[in-house]
Amino acid sequence: MKKYLAKRLLLSFLTLWVLITITFFMMHLLPGDPFIGEKPISDVAKEALYAKYGLDQPLPVQYIRYIGNVLQGDLGESMVYKGKAVTSMIAQAFPFSLDLGIRALVFALTGGVFLGIVAALNNGKKLDTTVMILAALGISVPSFILGAVLQYLLGICLSGWTQGMWGFRMFPISGWNTEMDKIIPSFVLGFGTLATISRLTRTSFLDVIGLDYVKTAKAKGLPKRKIVVRHMLRNAISPVLTILGPLTAALLTGAFVVENIFNIPGLGKFFVSSIQSNDYMMIAGTTLFYGTFIVLANFLVDILYVVVDPNVKLAGGKE
Amino acid sequence: MSEPLLTIKNLKVSFDTYAGEVEAVRGVSLELDSGETLAIVGESGCGKSVTAQTIMRLHSESNTRIKEGEIQLDGHDIVHADEKEMEAIRGETVGMVFQDPMTSLNPTMLVGRQVGEVIRQHERVSRKESEIRSVDILDSVRIPNAGKRAKQYPGQFSGGMRQRAMIGLSIACIPKLLIADEPTTALDVTIQAQILDLMKSIQREENMGIILITHDLGVAASIAQKVAVMYAGKIVEQGTAEVIFKKPRHPYTWGLMQSIPKCDQKKDEDLYVIQGTPPKLIDPPKGCGFAQRCQYCMRICKVQEPPETILEDGHRCSCWLLDERAPRVKPKRKGGDTVGE
Repeated sequence: MKKYLAKRLLLSFLTLWVLITITFFMMHLLPGDPFIGEKPISDVAKEALYAKYGLDQPLPVQYIRYIGNVLQGDLGESMVYKGKAVTSMIAQAFPFSLDLGIRALVFALTGGVFLGIVAALNNGKKLDTTVMILAALGISVPSFILGAVLQYLLGICLSGWTQGMWGFRMFPISGWNTEMDKIIPSFVLGFGTLATISRLTRTSFLDVIGLDYVKTAKAKGLPKRKIVVRHMLRNAISPVLTILGPLTAALLTGAFVVENIFNIPGLGKFFVSSIQSNDYMMIAGTTLFYGTFIVLANFLVDILYVVVDPNVKLAGGKE
Repeated sequence: MSEPLLTIKNLKVSFDTYAGEVEAVRGVSLELDSGETLAIVGESGCGKSVTAQTIMRLHSESNTRIKEGEIQLDGHDIVHADEKEMEAIRGETVGMVFQDPMTSLNPTMLVGRQVGEVIRQHERVSRKESEIRSVDILDSVRIPNAGKRAKQYPGQFSGGMRQRAMIGLSIACIPKLLIADEPTTALDVTIQAQILDLMKSIQREENMGIILITHDLGVAASIAQKVAVMYAGKIVEQGTAEVIFKKPRHPYTWGLMQSIPKCDQKKDEDLYVIQGTPPKLIDPPKGCGFAQRCQYCMRICKVQEPPETILEDGHRCSCWLLDERAPRVKPKRKGGDTVGE
């Protein structure tokens, strides 16, 4: 186990190093520079800025300097939001993204697994068809459409109605302050993932449903609920776990659109806008941060496998 | 005489499929007493397993229908029992061993827990006590080092050991009836003998009734007192093992007997086969199910179902050859003579 962990940790660092190296050189290939604003700045000022941020040095030197800083936990200073350290900006914005992401994940996971099981147990019946139509919608409707539609239906129509009736607005259109604010964005962000998880759960449940040991469980006299929870769930959940790593990372990091629609001050905005504005340090910083997240999520999932399925042995691990 | 442990009367079971109704079991009647072993033999798809699973109502409720008939098991009316009642019967009154021990145990649950689960389902016992009892049970089905083995997963067991564990969990609550659906088919011959031996000794101790489903006549001969030969969803011949093996009357039973390879058979001699395949039960034949493949087929066989003739000692056989107007025929030869070609 220790050997496995050490190996994985080393590999994780290697992955992140490759990621940051590629990102670093590719972002410098982007045309333009961070200091092109609305009005042109003088060459002298530009040179001074270049010197300040070390952009006057040859690229390899910049690279080595950057890696050195990263190793010390310093992701540099934003070139657009002047005077602000990338780390402090991440620290400020990420909690919002994390909050949103975790809510969406919990919603997607519980809802997806539940719907998947319901669909599989009612295979071929109306309930199954309904869930699968819902899942198809979830996968194919993009979040900006769903977000806008829900903003209109719940945030305007329904809330307008409740205001007329009882004098309060049920759902706001945007913001991230009260618990009510958080319901619609979490739903919108999690819905696609929920659809993916429910389809996957359904498929792997259908694989398990006809297996002999499920019949054995029935022959033991166990009620259906116990058969599902004790005998089917644990055997059917592995495929869901597999995609859980990437899905978690995607939910925590890919909320740019949802954050934008609902005006949530999360990290997604910086991630995307930094590329548009050539904010080198911000690009590299957010990419590295998200990369770390994905690596971490996958790592945790690998560990979870062993917990869930005793037949999975970690390479190098000993009984 | 007291009530038999299990009585099946004219059982008919159908599956609803996209192609139509498949009449898997078409009128099966059986009786079994405590302490008795009944072997149901027949080739694949003849309704053996469906009959057995219907006794426990294990088939899927959505597409399987018990169309007709009665099943009385130890005073329970199986056909009309609701799901709650069935849950109480399964595992408690009747246990089942499946064919493939590699897949019939849950791979992610400790073996001891899988055994203990049955006990806890049917009896009010503490977890601790069920653990102790499951170790005892594993020990009684001759799993060496049962205490340690109970804390392992099925993946750490060999095939024979898994089947023993499976038998252990199916007898955990000492059911009155044990159904074994081809329990030895997936095992090699030495292990086969051990498993049969184990089942026999459990039966002796607990006076259990056993239904053994098999297509291996050798297995049937070594354990069963009664044999029922099934073909195309019906029992074509049943009686004591002695009668079925020594004086079979149905041409299908003759065919089965002749299909057993003989030790003294010449090397270049072909093995005996019953020509053709069983009829598709989605469109069951009008007359005798075996008529198409029967060497002694008469005109009436294809038009009308043969009635069941009761011979001596409960030997029953459904064949037109037993009608007094039919010609007297004997199986061509006891040994393996090949047909056709």
